[in-house]
This record gives sequence, structure tokens and C-alpha cells, in this order.
Amino acid sequence: MSREQLSPVALHKALTRIWGTPPGWARFSAVNHNILGKRFMVVAMVFFAIGGVLAMLIRAQLATPDSAFIGPELYNQIFTMHGTVMMFLFAIPMFEGLAIYMLPKMLGARDLAFPRMTAYGFWCYLFGGTILIGAMVMGYAPNSGWFMYTPLSSGIYTPGINADVWLLGITFVEISAITAAVELIVTILKMRAPGMSLTRMPIFGWYMLVTAAMMLIGFPPLILGSILLEMERAFDLPFFDPTRGGDPLLWQHLFWLFGHPEVYIIFLPAAGMLSTIIPTFARRPLIAYNAIIVAIVAMAFLSFGLWVHHMFTVGIPHLALGFFSAASALVAIPTAVQIFAWIGTIASGRPRLDVPMLYVIGFFIVFVCGGLTGVMLAMVPFNTQAHDSYFVVAHLHYVLVGGFVFPMLAALYYWLPHFTGRSSVYRLSVPAFWLIIIGFNLTFFLMHLTGLMGMPRRISTYPSNWGWDWLNLLSSFGGFIMTMGFALVLVDIVMQFRFGRRGARNPWAAGTLEWAMPTPPPDYNFAALPTVAQRADSLDTGSLGNRLAAGDGYLGFARAHRQETLGVDMMTGNPDQVIVLPRRTLLPLWTALATAVFFLGLLFKIYWIVPLGAVATVGLFLVWPRALGHTRDAGPIDIGLGEAVPVDAEVGDNVTWWASKVAAVADATLYASLLFGALYLAVVAPGWDGQLRETNWWPAIGLLTALGGSAAVRLARSRNADGMSPCGWLLGTAALAGLTAAACIVGTVQLGDATAHANISLRFALYAYCAIHSGIAMLITAHTAWRWRGGYVSAVRATSLRLSMLWTDYAAVALIPAWGLTLLLARSGGAS
Amino acid sequence: MFWGAIALFTLVIALLALSLLRPSALASIKPRTWIVGGGLVLPVPILIALLITALLLGEHLLPKPGSAEPLRIEAHASQWQWRFSYPFIPDAAPTTILHLPAGEPVDIVVTAEDVIHSFWIPRLGGKIDAIPGHTNIIRLQADKPGVYRGICAEYCGEGHETMGFEARAHAPADYAVTIGGQP
Repeated sequence: MSREQLSPVALHKALTRIWGTPPGWARFSAVNHNILGKRFMVVAMVFFAIGGVLAMLIRAQLATPDSAFIGPELYNQIFTMHGTVMMFLFAIPMFEGLAIYMLPKMLGARDLAFPRMTAYGFWCYLFGGTILIGAMVMGYAPNSGWFMYTPLSSGIYTPGINADVWLLGITFVEISAITAAVELIVTILKMRAPGMSLTRMPIFGWYMLVTAAMMLIGFPPLILGSILLEMERAFDLPFFDPTRGGDPLLWQHLFWLFGHPEVYIIFLPAAGMLSTIIPTFARRPLIAYNAIIVAIVAMAFLSFGLWVHHMFTVGIPHLALGFFSAASALVAIPTAVQIFAWIGTIASGRPRLDVPMLYVIGFFIVFVCGGLTGVMLAMVPFNTQAHDSYFVVAHLHYVLVGGFVFPMLAALYYWLPHFTGRSSVYRLSVPAFWLIIIGFNLTFFLMHLTGLMGMPRRISTYPSNWGWDWLNLLSSFGGFIMTMGFALVLVDIVMQFRFGRRGARNPWAAGTLEWAMPTPPPDYNFAALPTVAQRADSLDTGSLGNRLAAGDGYLGFARAHRQETLGVDMMTGNPDQVIVLPRRTLLPLWTALATAVFFLGLLFKIYWIVPLGAVATVGLFLVWPRALGHTRDAGPIDIGLGEAVPVDAEVGDNVTWWASKVAAVADATLYASLLFGALYLAVVAPGWDGQLRETNWWPAIGLLTALGGSAAVRLARSRNADGMSPCGWLLGTAALAGLTAAACIVGTVQLGDATAHANISLRFALYAYCAIHSGIAMLITAHTAWRWRGGYVSAVRATSLRLSMLWTDYAAVALIPAWGLTLLLARSGGAS
Repeated sequence: MFWGAIALFTLVIALLALSLLRPSALASIKPRTWIVGGGLVLPVPILIALLITALLLGEHLLPKPGSAEPLRIEAHASQWQWRFSYPFIPDAAPTTILHLPAGEPVDIVVTAEDVIHSFWIPRLGGKIDAIPGHTNIIRLQADKPGVYRGICAEYCGEGHETMGFEARAHAPADYAVTIGGQP
């Protein structure tokens, strides 16, 4: 190889110049996963503290009967915010942050697939969360429960801004969940170390792959439900209003279709951390690797089939309940597989105890308890008794705190030396653990009893003669003990950052790749990318780390001031492309600010500003690709070790293409939820008799123009493949997409008064969805023509054309069920 | 169910403790044994037994064809009170106290005026939601005359905790008189 080999220090300096983010204002432009992962986690911890304070207020209020500490009005805001903050602003962003920080390191990559998307997601999370907390501080927090059941959350019964804060704030935050899901899936599939086939991937990668796939399918129903409910609140479209053909139960279905998978979305990353930590302390590889993969995939599938167990008391026929009851109970099997795989790993190893293992033991005690009460609650007769009582409060805290907070604390102590490069000096960790576990069980174990004694959830006070007094007092007492434990943990963390001794690299002798680097990690993770020839959870990270730091591996050099990492074949892990990542930029921040304008306009009902925000957001997104791309075909380039592969723009199987397909899956899930809602209302909801105005044919015309667009984009693609200009056909496609959008918009106008009946408002929603997607197809095809003119597209560099085809086809295919449902709705009666 | 849960909890924690303190005692167990034993052999029979019991128990609580049609009392929920009416007695005025005949099953027909509520008398049985636009029925039986406490179990806004009610079960002989004579 002709390249001159740099010394490790010189290589470090060269790579840091490329990958580094300078201090000061430049930090706002950071897109590096090291920085953003930590930001996610720190912000999530702040929200955890806020949620914890809210919990303390709840326990203070409930400590004594007839308490007048906070009245029902404030109490309702507090319990709503406690649930909302803990679920949406703490749990999900917390594991996202850890995955963002950790996954590229465990997989052997230098960053995630879309660093700017990571940054955009972070800003959306921060701004959305700030809207929620800001509203709470000003006294306008949501107060309809974290589950937002309508009609209570509708415009009639919650007239103020409170419910809008929830719907818009959470949807804003969920953008970060969707971007993270897309990014994690693509990174796991395409950006592993050379040689790391899927079957050699560390188990955490599998857990995160399944989790991200679940997020991709799980969040869209909630986002759709939130959009529909916000449309009902803002524009009086009666999707959930039983007097006009809507049904409050549709909200419950959409919410729990998200809400139950959500529990597993939170648990699986935590289980992945346990599956990483336990083998390290058992000093042997995880047993039953394959069985665990089967178990987590099974869990993912099952979790989408049991949302109805949150709805056992809404009046669903008993045999249908039996099905969902069985599905709920079945989840115990993949859970048991994992529990016994962990115990088996410890038993067949040479276990040693340290602080992370204390929390692992805490996890076992608490989570197994919660799992057992979960099986109880899966049984219909018991459920109808315990539902919405404190028994459920106890169960869900055992599952979520046991299944997430304890593993997270174990993970925190396990990986803290990685973040700090230091070891703990003050032994606060052990007393903190005891305070937390004793306080937790005191608080929540007793709630099983208060629940069985008939105490319902969400009451702000209770009379003293019902026998709940001392149980509640003890629960509150336990809650404060637990809080002291968490405060000690926080002090412990700060102490380690501030006063910890510079420790040896890899203090636990772990065998995963994140330890094959200096700690705290450099901006580029690996000076050279490793080759993996065995399962990547029992590597000799010490010597490997030294070799990589010396540049001995793939891409062990700095080239052309470009951020380069490797893409591999999805299954085998053979390198097939050099991925050139975008450098730091303020674009994500600006785009998130434009998105914030959009959401705030909706929130404060300043509707003229909403389209401005939307246009600015879309416009800024169109600017993003400018920094990337190549204007000539370079062919295979050197990646070290005597191999050469093309850059990502020149291969078909690149991360952009994968991300688009994955995003289309999320989008299709959103659409499927809308179609489900339309069918559900037409079939189940009350008030669907009576006359209806005639079918309108405009969307059918749109279907024709959309199919024309699909044909035109194919011609454009084949012309490009032959090296000729595709611009004419691309612009033709864009024009046809514009016509389609126009036809859909005319269709919505022709519907007349969409507030009259859900039948009309559903068609409005369907046409609007199709109009938006035709608009997206128009923008993408026109943008492709523009990219071609700039020289960024060639017969080889044809990703833009494939994207045009994907979204043009998507818009056309979306019109088919929209049109089918229009025909069905026209025969369903409803509006007078 | 309670003792079963205790037994399972003890088993798992004991295995965990043993694996940490005396790994040699369990070291001979093969991975396959852990997974098949703990993941399948242990939970599957328990879950099947539980599910069958629950299904039978649930069916038992459902109205059976052929049996005499019980009395139907209507419970209508609104923010934040319950109104009970007795359509089987003409002229019976609606009440805020639920009057039940003791010793026989009754069907409570639950509806809602505004938002979702839930009808629950903890000592008599499970709960059923009162959902606007829907009609739900729950079958209950108070075995003995007496006073039972009822509550709204679904969060329904600011007055949620004040939405309790009293259910009085009367001896069948007094029952008709009570409702007829109620103001």
C-alpha cells in the first residue's frame, strides 16, 4: 500500500480534525453521535427528575386522607404529566440516547447512518418536551390523563389549551422516536464492522433492531390518533364524537395499539443491556443466543396482538377477550426464556458481584414480581376487578421500574467509566441501591393491597374511613426513601465525573467492541475499523483496541477531509461501500426551529403562521442534500487491507435507499391506521344510518394521474440509466403528481361540510393524506431534476431517481384504498 | 393464583441466588435445559390452566340462554353523578342510590351522558365502562341485604373522586315498595 502510515498520535490528531466538534457556539452544530447520545441521556435525566418531583407531589397529596395539599384541578395536571413525562420524555429518549451513543461503537462504526437526523431528532425532543414543561409551569398542563381518553380530552370537556399541549407537544417529540427508529434500523443492518454477519452481532444489536422495528410500527397509530384528535379539537372534525358518527373507542384502540407495544419498546432495550452486562459479570458468553433472538422477535409480534387487554371493561364480547387474554399470557413465555437464559448464564459462569450486578439482582426481584401480577391481570375475571385500581398502578411500576429503571441503573454504572474514563471513588452506590430497592417495594408493594381493597386510580383524595389510610401513608414514606436513593445516585455520578480516578480502559474486562477504544471515546470512535471473525461479544478488546488505535484495520487513515466509515452487506457483513457522512452543520437546528414554528402556530391557533412553518421545514430539508453527493463517478476506492469498494452514492444498496424504504413502512403504518379507523367507524360506530350525499369522482381522476406519474418516472429512470437526461420525464412526473394533489384537494373541497359527520371527515382525512403524499412525490421528483442539473446524478449515482420512483409509486398506491374506502363510505349512510 | 405466584417468585429468586452464590450447583445444567425447562415446561402448563379457568369463570358470569331474564336496572353516568332508573316498574322515579334486590342476579345497563365513566361496586364484582354512544351490560348479584359502596373507576375529570354512590340491597319482599315509594 502506497499510503504513508501515520503514528497513532498523528492519526488521532488527523481524524479529530475531521470528526471533532469545537467547543463554544459550534456545539449547536454538533451532529456527532457521541455528543448527541449524551445530550439525549442528560435531558432524559432532567425530565426523570421532573417526573420524580411530580410523583413526590402525588404521594404527598395521597399520604393522608381528605388532604387539601393540592386540589383535584392541580392533581389532575400532575398525574397526567407524571405519566407523560416518564413515558415519553424519560424512558424512550433515555434508551434512544444510550443506543445512539453505544450502537455504532458496539457494531464497529464511526457514527450513525444519518448524523444530521440524530441532531434534528434531538432538537425536536428538546423543543417538544420544553413546550410540555413550559405549559405545566404556567399552569396549562394537560389534565386528561396520559392516555388522553376522549371525549374527556375533546374540545367540549377540555376547552382550554391543555389537551392541545399534549397532542402537539408529544407529536413533536415523537418525530425524534421515528427518526431514531429509522436510523437505528439502517445502522444496524448496514454499518457493522467488516465480518460481523447478523449472527455475529452482539445481542444488544438484535434487541435494538427489534425495538426500532417496533417503534416504526408502534408509534404511527399514536401519531395518527393525535392528529385526528387535534383535528377534532381544532376544526371540529368528529372522528371521536358519538353524536356524529365518531366513536371514543377508536381513540382507545389507536392509543393502545401504540401503548402496549410501547411497554415492550421500553423493556427490550433494557433487556438488551442486561444481556450485555450479565455475561460480563458471569465471565462467560451469553447462553442460548439464538433462543433469545427468537424470544424477542416473538415478543415483538405478540406485543401487537394484545392491546385490547387495556380495554377489558369497555364491553367487548367475552370470547374476543379470551383471545387477547391468551395472547397477553403468552408473552410470559418469551420473557421466561430470557429470564432463564440470564440465570443460566450466571450459573454456568464464574459470577462476581459489583455495583451493576446489584441492580441486575434488583431487576430480577422487581421484574419477576411485576411479570407475575401481569399474568394475573391477563385473566379477564381478575382484570375486571383490578382494572383501574391501585393494583394496576403497582403492577405497571413493578414492570416499568423493574424492567427499565433498574436495568438502566445497572447500565449507568456499567458504562459510566466509558463516558468518564474514570472509576468511582465514593462508595455511595451501594447505600443508594438499598434505598432505592427498599423504598420502591415499600411504595408499590402496598399498592397491590390498596388496589385489592378497592382504591381506584386517579383520585386526588379519599375519606379516612375506607381503610386505605396507613397503606397510603407507608407508600408515601417509601416513595421518599426511594427519592433519596435516586438523589444519591445523582451525587455519585457527579462525583465520578468530578473526582473519579483516571481508570484503566475496560474496567470490567468486557468483550464487546465499545471497549476497544480509549475512554472517554474519541469523536471518530475507531482510528481503524476492526475485522470481526467471531461473535462480537467475547473479543479480546484490549489488544484489538491498541491495534485499531495504530490504524491497523479498515479505513485506518484520514482522507480528503471526509468523514468516512464502512457500509457492509446486510447479511454477511462483507464491506460493500464507503459511507461518507455529513459534517457538522446548523441545518438540523434551523429545521427543528421551523418545525417548532409549525407546532406552536397550531398550539396557539395562529393559523397563518402554520403553513409558513411547514414550508420553511420542507424547504430546509431540501437544502440538506446539498452538502453531500459527488459530481463524478470515482469507482472503487481504497479502504485499507488491500481492498477497495465504491462510495455509497455509487451503489444501489446504500443507507439512503434503506432509510427511505424503512420510512415508507412507518408512513404506510400510519396510513393503515387511518384505514383501520375508517373501517372501524363505518362498521362499529353508532349513528351511521340515514342518507348521504353522492360519491365524488375527483380522487378517481387523481388515481389516473398518479398512475401516469408512476409510468413517467420509470421512463425517466431508464433514460438516466442509458446516460440521457431524465429531466423532461421527471418534470412530467412532478406535474402529474401536482395534478394528483390538486384533484385530491378539489375532492376535499367538494365534500362540503366535513364537520357534519365522521363519514365526511374520514374522506377528508383520506384525501388530505393522498394530497400530501402526491405533494411529496412532486417535490422529490422536481428535486431530483435539480440534482441532475447540478451533476449529482448519473447512471451509477441514481439514488435520487429510485427515491422519486418510490414516493411516486407510494402516492399512487395510497390512492387505491382511499378510493375503495370512498366507495364503501358512500354506501354506509350517516350524514343527513 | 396468589400462592402460585409466590411459589414461582421464590423459585426464580432461589435459582438466581444459587447461581450467584453456588454456581457449581447449577453449572451442569445445559443451556437447552434452561431454555426448554424455564421457558416452556414451567410456564406453558400454568398458563394453559389459568386461561381455561379464567375462560370458564368468565363464561359463568355471562347471561345463560334459557335462564330467567333478570331485572334490568339502568345506570346513567354524567359528570359527576349516577342516575339509576327502574324501567320494570312503571312510575318508579330515578334515584341517586342504586336499589338492588338481594339474592337474585340483576343486569345493570350502563350508559354515559358526556365522557367515559366506569361502573364499579368492588364487593359485588367487576367493572364495566360507561361510554357515550355505547350501551354496556353487567350482571351482578348481592347475596345479602345491606349497603355496598360503588365508585366511578374511569377518570372522568375534576369531580372524578366525588362520583361515588351507594348501592342498597333489599330483601325481595321490600324491594318493589322501596323503589315505588322513593321520592
